[in-house]
Amino acid sequence: MEENKFEPRIVAFVCNWCTYTGADLAGTSRLKQLPNARLIRVPCTGRIDPIFLIKAFESGADGVLVSGCHPGDCHYNSGNFHARRRWMFFKELLEFVGIDEKRVHFSWVSASEGKKWVDIVDGVIETVRAEGPFNEYEQINKKNMIPIE
Amino acid sequence: MKIGVFVCECGENIGRTVDCKKVAEIASHYPGVAYSVDYKYMCSDPGQNLIKKAIEDYKLDAVVVGSCSPHMHEKTFRKVCSSMGINPYLVEIANLREHCSWIHDNIAEATDKAADLIRLLVEKVKYNEPLFPIHVPVTKQALVIGGGISGIQAALDIANAGFKVVMVEKEPSIGGHMSQLSETFPTLDCSQCILTPRMVEVYQHPNIKLLTYSEIENVEGFIGNFKVTIRKKARSIKEDLCNGCGMCIQKCPNKKTAKSDFDEGLTTRTAIYVPFPQAVPNIPVIDRTVCTYYKNGKCKICVKVCGRDAIDFEQEDTILTEEIGAIIVATGYKLYTIDKKPADSPIQGYGEYGYGQYKDVISGLQFERIASASGPTAGEMKRPSDGKEPKKIVFIQCVGSRDESKGFSYCSKICCMYTAKHAMLYKHKVHDGEAYVFYMDIRAGGKNYDEFVRRAIEEDGVNYIRGRVSRIYEENGKYIVKGEDTLAGLPVQIDADMVVLATAMVAQPESPKLAQILSIPYDKYGFLAELHPKLHPIETSTGGIFLAGSANSPKDIPECVAMASAAAAKTLVLFGSDMLEREPIVAKVDESTCIGCLYCKKVCPYNAIEIKEIRNRNGELIKTVAYVNTGLCQGCGTCNATCPSKSVQLLGFRDDQIFAQLCAFADTI
Repeated sequence: MEENKFEPRIVAFVCNWCTYTGADLAGTSRLKQLPNARLIRVPCTGRIDPIFLIKAFESGADGVLVSGCHPGDCHYNSGNFHARRRWMFFKELLEFVGIDEKRVHFSWVSASEGKKWVDIVDGVIETVRAEGPFNEYEQINKKNMIPIE
Repeated sequence: MKIGVFVCECGENIGRTVDCKKVAEIASHYPGVAYSVDYKYMCSDPGQNLIKKAIEDYKLDAVVVGSCSPHMHEKTFRKVCSSMGINPYLVEIANLREHCSWIHDNIAEATDKAADLIRLLVEKVKYNEPLFPIHVPVTKQALVIGGGISGIQAALDIANAGFKVVMVEKEPSIGGHMSQLSETFPTLDCSQCILTPRMVEVYQHPNIKLLTYSEIENVEGFIGNFKVTIRKKARSIKEDLCNGCGMCIQKCPNKKTAKSDFDEGLTTRTAIYVPFPQAVPNIPVIDRTVCTYYKNGKCKICVKVCGRDAIDFEQEDTILTEEIGAIIVATGYKLYTIDKKPADSPIQGYGEYGYGQYKDVISGLQFERIASASGPTAGEMKRPSDGKEPKKIVFIQCVGSRDESKGFSYCSKICCMYTAKHAMLYKHKVHDGEAYVFYMDIRAGGKNYDEFVRRAIEEDGVNYIRGRVSRIYEENGKYIVKGEDTLAGLPVQIDADMVVLATAMVAQPESPKLAQILSIPYDKYGFLAELHPKLHPIETSTGGIFLAGSANSPKDIPECVAMASAAAAKTLVLFGSDMLEREPIVAKVDESTCIGCLYCKKVCPYNAIEIKEIRNRNGELIKTVAYVNTGLCQGCGTCNATCPSKSVQLLGFRDDQIFAQLCAFADTI
């Protein structure tokens, strides 16, 4: 990595049954992808609390990727529907707090879609790279920080 | 906490792009890590021993393994650690192969990523708590819903293995559609001859409790522990007194008011009736909608002729409850009816074929009854309108199947075969007759199936025409069938005496309702959905509920029987142990913070959330809280994400465990 080149940091929340397995397939198929994403495995996208996304940005992520089973294919029948509904509402709130919607990507990747997973990961990384580093949160924090003696 | 980190090189698979030595070195500096090492093959025996030894030497409390996907070796490493006294849920797997070494080329980048992935899980494992498998007792009694061939097969298999079975059939007799068939493809066995002995076997089996004319009212509970409420509809006959002599049926004056369902409306039946002579149980039912007594309080002829005082006009529905361990749903199919469409149906139907309008345009099952020796014509080929022998007969395949605009997009699977059978049976009975089959494709996959169709064409001289029929109309006592021969590219017109439509197999209209009672999914056609189309075709998404037969999708008899035996085998697997072991990844409620809003209950896909009342020592209600039934909970965590007070937490994936990973992410900069 070059010293001054911006490398986006991505947190990917993926469901255990579809997308995690899809990402496994991408690996088994040796499909090369950019190394910027760190996966966090959850049982279902329904498990993903919007606060996780905020926490990810607070922890220095420049972008977040959420991916689960396709609608109708959820291992738990309807978890991904809840995730989708939550995301529809959360999206607006995200914009309100000043996080560009482009920094969060929501997608469906099944266990057989290794190629799609690679395209999505690379796409998200490139999109976030174009957006630049996310440091608004850090700046707010700096402004409000009470120095501890 | 002392954490051990074990980095596997997987031969060269990980080692080629990830500098495993360096990763182990970096990991050794992570807070909490007491020991960190890399090895060529961590899953091999020496690798496993290395882990075991390290656990002993360094008194490790938790382990993070950087290796292949957890879907591959999570179980292996959990077992290794568990043998050394570490709870298996204090073991985490960082995926360094599928998610790192195999997808990256740059060694520096891949090594960084590998170290990060381990870092995240080192932080997570600090918050992991020991979890223990959940044990639930198993009630060793099965419920079979539906008494067709699938239900019969499943019930007999389970009963013969020595377990109790309750069979619930909504019709007055078991037997299902198979009892209506004349002969079966591809061997032309008489259907009733092979079926009725099995029906009797069900009735006489000491392990089977048969409840006919009954329906499932409610299902509560979970795998191994269902509580099923069954409504036994009033037969108006005392079943224990009736000896099936049939006198009441003979003397019933109400002979022509009701159509026989068994004969597909080709004949009529009395108000007190058994569906067919070989019915099991051979106990009549009074159809209250047509019986004179229920209309005006008079008649009672059946009471007079019954020598055993078995008629009971005052009988009411009874509600039974049964404790059930596993449920097999074998509710079968219905034939697509094209004349009576509900007004709100999106399906256009085939009005141009004149079914319901012309008496001699009949469905496949009606033809079965005509061809059957026990049918309305005693097996003689006579058409319904005037009883004459049809000399020219046309069969039309795919009426409703494979036609999205007018019916359903799926293939009903059995129609190609039964149409070939019908045409054969016709030719065997009417030697000088002509049989024509309009088809889209011949789908005869199955043992001896294609040979059977070839036999119909080559030996019995059935004329197969590839093409669709545009309309049927009556002219001078003939049915003019207009269609197209797409192979010749010519229009075809046949003046037929009778037309048989191979109508689609559709889901039982009540199946969505039943699916909701059982909380299992169904597809857009109403067929009950399997857990996985390839690897779990028998199971449903609800543990302990299995599928058999055409309730799942159109199937022929051998497939139904095979699936039923498979469902029975799955049930027997469940009944093989007294206690059921389940993964402890389930939700847990903190009752001290739960405010009882029960949003979790609304989002739970498994109805696993119950309401619990907390009372003080005087029995006064303090508050209501949510309670997770661990037998039902599958561990998706939707409740956890929904809970406003974060009182319900998914064990193994609690909020603090995820936050720990995210905080670790902050440290990886």
